[in-house]
Amino acid sequence: MNGPFEFTVSLGDDALVAAQRLAEWTSRAPEMEEDVALANIALDQLGAARLLLTYAGELEGAGRDEDALAYLRDDREFRNCLLVELPNGDFAVTMAKLFFLAAYQLPLYTALAGCADERLAAIGAKARKESAYHLDHAALWVRRLGDGTEESHRRMQAAVDGTWPYVHELFAADPAAPVDPATLRGDFDTTVTTVLAEATLTRPETGWTPAGGRDGVHTEHLSYLLAEMQVLHRAHPGARW
Amino acid sequence: MVAAVSGQPVARGMRESLLHPLVSMDPSCNTWDMYGNDFAPADASDGDLLGQVEAAEAALRAAADRGRGGTAAPDADPEAYFADVIDADQKIEPRDWMPEAYRRTLIRQIAQHAHSEIIGMQPEGNWISRAPSLKRKAILLAKVQDEAGHGLYLYAAAETLGVSRDELVDLLISGRQKYSSIFNYPTLTWADVGAIGWLVDGAAIVNQVPLCRCSYGPYARAMIRVCKEESFHQRQGYEILHTLAHGTPAQRAMAQDAVDRWWYPSLAMFGPPDGDSTHSAQSMAWKIKRFSNDELRQRFVDMCVQQAEALNLALPDPGLRWNPERQAYDFTQPDYDELMRVISGDGPCNRQRMEHRRRAHAEGAWVREAAAAYAAKRAGRKEKVAA
Ligand SMILES: [Fe+2]
Ligand SMILES: [Fe+2]
Repeated sequence: MNGPFEFTVSLGDDALVAAQRLAEWTSRAPEMEEDVALANIALDQLGAARLLLTYAGELEGAGRDEDALAYLRDDREFRNCLLVELPNGDFAVTMAKLFFLAAYQLPLYTALAGCADERLAAIGAKARKESAYHLDHAALWVRRLGDGTEESHRRMQAAVDGTWPYVHELFAADPAAPVDPATLRGDFDTTVTTVLAEATLTRPETGWTPAGGRDGVHTEHLSYLLAEMQVLHRAHPGARW
Repeated sequence: MVAAVSGQPVARGMRESLLHPLVSMDPSCNTWDMYGNDFAPADASDGDLLGQVEAAEAALRAAADRGRGGTAAPDADPEAYFADVIDADQKIEPRDWMPEAYRRTLIRQIAQHAHSEIIGMQPEGNWISRAPSLKRKAILLAKVQDEAGHGLYLYAAAETLGVSRDELVDLLISGRQKYSSIFNYPTLTWADVGAIGWLVDGAAIVNQVPLCRCSYGPYARAMIRVCKEESFHQRQGYEILHTLAHGTPAQRAMAQDAVDRWWYPSLAMFGPPDGDSTHSAQSMAWKIKRFSNDELRQRFVDMCVQQAEALNLALPDPGLRWNPERQAYDFTQPDYDELMRVISGDGPCNRQRMEHRRRAHAEGAWVREAAAAYAAKRAGRKEKVAA
């Protein structure tokens, strides 16, 4: 991955796929307040995705807008990390995914807010405030579930263990990018270590480190997610909505 | 079980503005925040319903300013005081004495309204993942989120009458209380999202605008806030249909098909004809209800005819025509036998909607238990520190 277009698309795809997964919870959350909260976070992610994909289209200069990029690329052309495309699982898995994503996005957007590219800096400045809320919300649930009942502790630990392998891909070095993801790892580790300890959870050892999302080599799940997301748009080529 | 969840500013704020007549109501819903008024000209799509909501809000404030200087002293003769307050178009507040039947009627009506908001998230939620543009996806997601907010707000209003949300949710889940039958119809195409916004939210507003003047203060205040948001939903639905009706032939056909399927069920939302309606007379006397089912249905038809013309879509009623004597449209009544079948459980989606709600509730149980256990542990620790 390199160049501002690829970088911007990868961030936009992270946010878009995360929004799509979070929105799957609508009308299914464990309680009504949480339904509202998850929709809020999904809306934030979707909002960031739209800004990023719109800007990516401009950087590319081939006339593609946010919808062309979202609806008319196949899974091999998506550049999101694998973490966001993993199925929601139970509420603990969803919170583990959101917690790791927000712990990465917060330092990312914060760094982006200070980068040389004005448009990316503006997007980063807006999105980092939202990420701070996402991180608070997810961390609160990680603590509640980790230090709640025996069952919730077991589920939360399993969720952390199951998603941990996918976080390493987020920090693959890319020195040419507007923000080099490798520089974000320290912040991420500090957040994760603190919250997991408060939650009475064990931080997993690092072993298997699946990757490939940034190169368009995804899990089997992404193609299904896109099939659903794109079906109507693709059924009516050229239509306006 | 009450889930001890922090991060509930929504619900807390709701309770405050329901309980305090003069707390200013925040007129924004998240679709407004996000999208401002950047839509195609409204083409009279919301009639002057929003104006009526605002008038009701002004009346509410004026009534609160006047105070309730009734003739009867509230302590001496609570029954007379209650009657005076109703007569003077003042509001009954949670601490006031009220007839038990008034309280029960309100609890049932507000709860069923709340259940409808929550169940109503399903048919539209069905299209969030497939929304055909990112902008439409954001608008729809925000709308469905508004409905969850309406549900929370209305449960909070019901709680001011001395019942808990958990009890009411149990009544829904066990099938002992109903929700609006309209949500037992399926959303088969994207155009259904437009038709629901235009017709279903539209009918809901026509039904609910008079409730902004309801005699029970917390319900009236809840309805003002809800109606403002519903009128925005109705505009969004209208706009979806307008775009489709002026799009490709396939899109146009999709829009017409959706209107064909949603028209009569929307008319049925106003309930059985006046002669058959059981609760109406007493509710009218108590100023809970202010117009009859048939009056409201007529108002809705008259509003929709003009809008359908602007949309360039046909309403599926060959009997629809202007009646100069009545100064209203004649129209074909919905099939009330079908309405009764759907109410009694045999609509296309009753089983699916209930199963979805039950599953979400059951699958969330361990999460709510964990939140409660965590809160209890924290409270315990704080006590220890304090001691
Ligand atoms: Fe609503
Ligand atoms: Fe609505």
